[in-house]
Amino acid sequence: MTLWTTVLLASGLAFALKLLGYVVPHHVLDRPVVSRVTAMLPVALLSALVAVQTFSVQGGVLTLDARAAGVGVAVVALRFRAPFLLVVVLAAATAGILRALGWG
Amino acid sequence: MDEPLLDGQRRKEVLRQCLSVGVATGTYGISFGALSVAAGLNLWQTIALSALLFSGASQFAVVGIVAAGGSGAAAVATSTLLGMRNGLYGLQMSRLLGVHGLRRVAAAQLTIDESTAVGVVQPERSAQRLGFWGTGLAVYVMWNLMTIVGAVVGNALGDPKRFGLDAAAPAAFCALLWPRLKRGDARAVAAVSAVIALVVAPHAPAGIPVLVAALAAIVAGLLPQRTGGAPA
Repeated sequence: MTLWTTVLLASGLAFALKLLGYVVPHHVLDRPVVSRVTAMLPVALLSALVAVQTFSVQGGVLTLDARAAGVGVAVVALRFRAPFLLVVVLAAATAGILRALGWG
Repeated sequence: MDEPLLDGQRRKEVLRQCLSVGVATGTYGISFGALSVAAGLNLWQTIALSALLFSGASQFAVVGIVAAGGSGAAAVATSTLLGMRNGLYGLQMSRLLGVHGLRRVAAAQLTIDESTAVGVVQPERSAQRLGFWGTGLAVYVMWNLMTIVGAVVGNALGDPKRFGLDAAAPAAFCALLWPRLKRGDARAVAAVSAVIALVVAPHAPAGIPVLVAALAAIVAGLLPQRTGGAPA
């Protein structure tokens, strides 16, 4: 799949899902099981993305490097209710500085 | 319009909410743009994702999985699973908006976490509509402008690792996850899916561990809900 195919396919499917809620008869989607699963999907996917992108390198091997320190700082910032952009910048700066000092 | 119009004071109040959410959310389009070009997407592909896909978590997932060397299919599948909640938001909004034709297409494209949230919290029907459209449009404009800024800045930065951009991606996912962890059952699902993804990672191509971890959400959603008592 080329990058353009990925971009356009993901966009088309995202729009189709958004439109689905407007065109499908309400009773089809309006079930407790559907809303429980759709509420939990982002939680599971985002958490898995955090884990994999923090602790794994090419080939899926687990490592501990500057990224973990960056994400650790991000979690602390989130606990202090820092805004999104600050959280991301602090994480990147932490990892960047540690690397400049020769670690991770 | 068959419902009473908002008075000037309320109108201003709702529009102020729309704008502040639009600016706050739109600004982190900068981090999306920068991460996208660092992942190897070009400027136009980055712009297309923000203009056409327009759903933050799905966009970050696409570029995150591409950056990790995952297949296009895994990127599309993860993005689509993350976008399923927008279908439910559409269901809620279709009842409040009563839109048809081109307006319905526009409403669907603007249906995201923020526009739905600002819309549904308003007490009056006309404020719900104003809140949804105002927030949707404000986020759309800001998000797309800031994406371009981020992509241009990201291109100028060069090697993404030097500036810790590979730590920025998981930090962005963390920030998107954080507000969803208020309930105990959500925290349990998050912990289990992180463990599943790390266990599967060394044995599967990039992108697949995240999809396997999504099973945790499906199992949790299908389990009979306990009534009363604190969730795990």
